[in-house]
Amino acid sequence: MTVAAATRQESLAAIWSPQWIAQRLQRVLLHVAVIGLTVVWIVPTLGLLVSSFRPVSGILTSGWWTALSPPFSFTLQNYSDMLAQSNLGQALFNSFMVSIPSTVIPVTIAAFAAYAFAWMKFPGRDWIFLAFVGLLAVPLQLTFVPVLTFFVAHGIVPDNLSNIGLPPWVGLWLAHAGYGLPFATYLLANFFRALPSDLFESAEIDGAGTLTVFFRIIMPLSVPALASLVIFQFLWVWNDLLVALIYVGGAPEVGPLTVNLADLSNSLGQGFQLLTAAAFFSMVIPLVVFLSLQRYFVRGILAGSVKG
Amino acid sequence: MDFSVLLGDIPTLLAVVLGVPAVLVAYIVGSEYLVRRLPDKNRPQVRPWIWVGPSLLLVTGFLLLPAIATIFQSFEDNHGAFIGLQNYATQLADFPSGGAWVAIRNNIIIWLLFYTLFVLAFGLALAVLFDRVPYETVVKSLIFMPMAISSVALGVIWKFMYSYQPLGAPQTGTVNAVVTFFRHDPVAWLQDQWPNGLGVLNNVALIGAATWGITGFAMVILSAALKGIPGELLEAARVDGAGELTVFRRVIFPLMMPTIVVVGTTLVIFALKAFDVVYVMTNGNYGTDVLALRMYNFLYLSHNNAAASSVAIILLIAVIPVLVFNLRQFRAVEARR
Repeated sequence: MTVAAATRQESLAAIWSPQWIAQRLQRVLLHVAVIGLTVVWIVPTLGLLVSSFRPVSGILTSGWWTALSPPFSFTLQNYSDMLAQSNLGQALFNSFMVSIPSTVIPVTIAAFAAYAFAWMKFPGRDWIFLAFVGLLAVPLQLTFVPVLTFFVAHGIVPDNLSNIGLPPWVGLWLAHAGYGLPFATYLLANFFRALPSDLFESAEIDGAGTLTVFFRIIMPLSVPALASLVIFQFLWVWNDLLVALIYVGGAPEVGPLTVNLADLSNSLGQGFQLLTAAAFFSMVIPLVVFLSLQRYFVRGILAGSVKG
Repeated sequence: MDFSVLLGDIPTLLAVVLGVPAVLVAYIVGSEYLVRRLPDKNRPQVRPWIWVGPSLLLVTGFLLLPAIATIFQSFEDNHGAFIGLQNYATQLADFPSGGAWVAIRNNIIIWLLFYTLFVLAFGLALAVLFDRVPYETVVKSLIFMPMAISSVALGVIWKFMYSYQPLGAPQTGTVNAVVTFFRHDPVAWLQDQWPNGLGVLNNVALIGAATWGITGFAMVILSAALKGIPGELLEAARVDGAGELTVFRRVIFPLMMPTIVVVGTTLVIFALKAFDVVYVMTNGNYGTDVLALRMYNFLYLSHNNAAASSVAIILLIAVIPVLVFNLRQFRAVEARR
């Protein structure tokens, strides 16, 4: 008898033994648990998505799951009503105007600072870095009163900024930059420190200046870290409600999507159906960013949190 | 709706998209140019400050100084006169239902406990279960997706999940449909302050919504830590006859403990800072107020900066243990470097 045949006979014998059944059962239970939990996780979003395509009368009188069986009655009415009645176009534009600079400014400035923290010597360097780590945990609420008072006193408020020809969001950009910097600097400094030092030394021997080293060596090597940071900061700013509420308020000319959606949610007792459509409208951009760049996003989370 | 605004303002958008980076690059190139004019021995002294300068300035201006100013302001009234601990006395008056007590209870007991536990438990369970199936990446992305959704949209989604119709009427909310399917009376999840007005039920309902949104974050980190455990270790335990539960309890769990602690501290901070979900779903009514929302209402609705400052400091005091713990962890890691 060949070895293969022997094994086959053995495995045949093992089939239907109590142990084999127990193992099989365990596999099935595992798949049931995994798929069950995933389904539970999808249901809330799915429910809202289905509802957003249902007529108002249906939303108010029956559950979304009833729409999944015949007779079907789906409509785009909620979306067209939402687009007609609210100023979501303006809010979408505002969201971009808030999010792009609020991402570019802190990431760039953090890269400068991280370079200094990682590869330059200066007095107090380690203490300043420690302070950044401490500030990671400080609640932003602690800063609102003084910053807002300062902004109001010095005219860094949307109306006034527009009058003097600046974008009305300048104050918000700087605030987001300040709030995002401790994390951004921490993440990038850790990344830069892990780069091999021979690279810089040989470049400097070749006579490359600080700028050349930074832009030609460090930046290209750090694309993964920078990408994950950019996504992180962009999603955080895009989805932020609190900071935007504090510094630009609810005025439709300047408020981003989240502020608009929160207003809808708080004011429209009877307009629930518009809310379903508006919520999906607000998710489109972050979902596109997230789905296309998920890899970098996950990497960023891991780099930022596993400190050990 | 008027999409023309998007087209009409494209020059503004371009100006901002190109202008902001241009200013930043001009800053660093310009100041490097100036540094090079300095005598050789001064360059290393000046250069680092050029590079950390903007970051230092913004962090000091937006975090450090305001935080200190808020501490001072919490001892003053709205006209700047020193009034000692009076703001705190107002906030801490009338225990247990007056002042800030409801918000303190919700943040420091209910949110801290349930939010952290729920997210860690789900994150760990999902990480361990998903590790054993071949379609791991797909299910992971699905769990992770709510991370990309804003808390405002999350609030809308869950308001819908929890919606309540009186007994007898067809339930339109998913949760109540399930509850009534099992012959239980429908529950007003967001209003019901069970038990005895302590508000555990509706606060936990809010926490459930928040948990749904953040579990993906915990899962991803815990999953990475799980994959870092050497396979031989698990094999050895299994060969020695340990069942899967024992392997988890005795091998996987202890080895993942450091990561669980890191994720846990992050979650504690999130729990103490909770704002968006409450703001959108209940606006702090029915005994669901939290410190961040209370502070916002003082600042924005009643323009009472003194009260807002003292609530912010109460929040800071709650965060300080975590902050100290984080700093210690960081120094321990630095020392090993």
